[in-house]
Amino acid sequence: MKIEVFLEKIKNEFEDDFDIEKLTASSKIKDLDWWSSMHMLVVIALIDSEYEVLLSGEELRSVNSVQELFDLVKSKV
Amino acid sequence: MALFSVKNIEIKGVASSVPKKIVKTKDYSGFTSAEKKMFEKTVGIAERRMAVNGVTISDLCFEAAEKLLDSLKWRKSEIDILILVTQLGDYNLPATSIILQNRLGLSQKCLAFDINLGCSGYVYGLSVISSMLSSGQLKKGLLLAGDVSTSAMNFHDKSTYPMFGDAGTATAVEFSQNAEGMKFNLQSNGKGFDAIIIPDGGLRNPINESTFTDVKDESGLVRNNRNLWLNGIDVFNFSLKEVGKNISALLQENDNSKDEIDFFVLHQANRLINESIRKKMKIKPEFFPYSIGNFGNTSSASIPLTITTRLSDKLSSDKKKLIFCGFGVGLSWGSMMLSTNKLNCVPLIEI
Repeated sequence: MKIEVFLEKIKNEFEDDFDIEKLTASSKIKDLDWWSSMHMLVVIALIDSEYEVLLSGEELRSVNSVQELFDLVKSKV
Repeated sequence: MALFSVKNIEIKGVASSVPKKIVKTKDYSGFTSAEKKMFEKTVGIAERRMAVNGVTISDLCFEAAEKLLDSLKWRKSEIDILILVTQLGDYNLPATSIILQNRLGLSQKCLAFDINLGCSGYVYGLSVISSMLSSGQLKKGLLLAGDVSTSAMNFHDKSTYPMFGDAGTATAVEFSQNAEGMKFNLQSNGKGFDAIIIPDGGLRNPINESTFTDVKDESGLVRNNRNLWLNGIDVFNFSLKEVGKNISALLQENDNSKDEIDFFVLHQANRLINESIRKKMKIKPEFFPYSIGNFGNTSSASIPLTITTRLSDKLSSDKKKLIFCGFGVGLSWGSMMLSTNKLNCVPLIEI
């Protein structure tokens, strides 16, 4: 499971969204002004369908960057 | 989980009533244009209906019930039981169903009571009314269901305001000897009680001076303690975790496969939740109808409203095998399996 592939899958979910190109592994999710709770729901659904991992609300609130999210998902796969 | 079946009853007809006023996502000034686009695509709501001029759930359900009884040619005196599923009744007490018993001109020999449930309410409501009719001692019943959820919304809370729409529905259920009946799988988890909540107004948090003060939280949502508070992520996770499992358990218990089902009619709060469930269960879109696009989240009315607006041609012409599933506030959820035969589907009523 590779971070580049993970990041690409996330970007593909938002292909219509111009701002998604700015997303990198080190992006601090909560600090991005264009990132909304709707984006988070799409990512939760993606992680569930691609990796069969369902993260809790608490776990999601504990991660700060895409890299941390990736690490969390990888630990559960 | 509560897996049980109820025999000797049939659903004979369904009617749904919505306010005439349409509110569109594109007109919501709380969203940026990027947010509007994302919302319509992800949550799937382009417009919804909003009750005005103090119209309540009893007004909406009254119209649905009147039209349904007329369409079925059922006499008022024949109705043995009336149940109203709602979380926002006309009064804290008495129960709104009893007010409707009088308003509809039903007999004083008719039972009437409310069920205080939302998203799961239609399925739970059918389990109760069918159980009471199953022995044949009561013969005909009306299950009314819905909420005027817009009354609990704060315009400045973009996590809830654009999501909910108002609707009231009526479903006619009848005792029928040897009818196949309905099969249920009902569950609850009160640990998630605060995932969807109106904090003040009950005895736990009585109304006080600060109840109606709008407060902005750290994510920018503005609401007061008489508004509906929704933890979107927790509800989303709960839905993805539990709904498919519940439906699969119901099918398995009854030795049915999903391929035998003509339509899966689920409660709809957010199209992304339902699409995730549909894909997980490998069900094709044509078997998974939606009403959320034009009506938003209509609480316990969502399943009958989807029947009225999306399935009336198909259900009124033929015999169909259906699964219904409601899930959400409580947390409470449940699914059911039933067959309908030439269901009387009244055209959508707008008041």
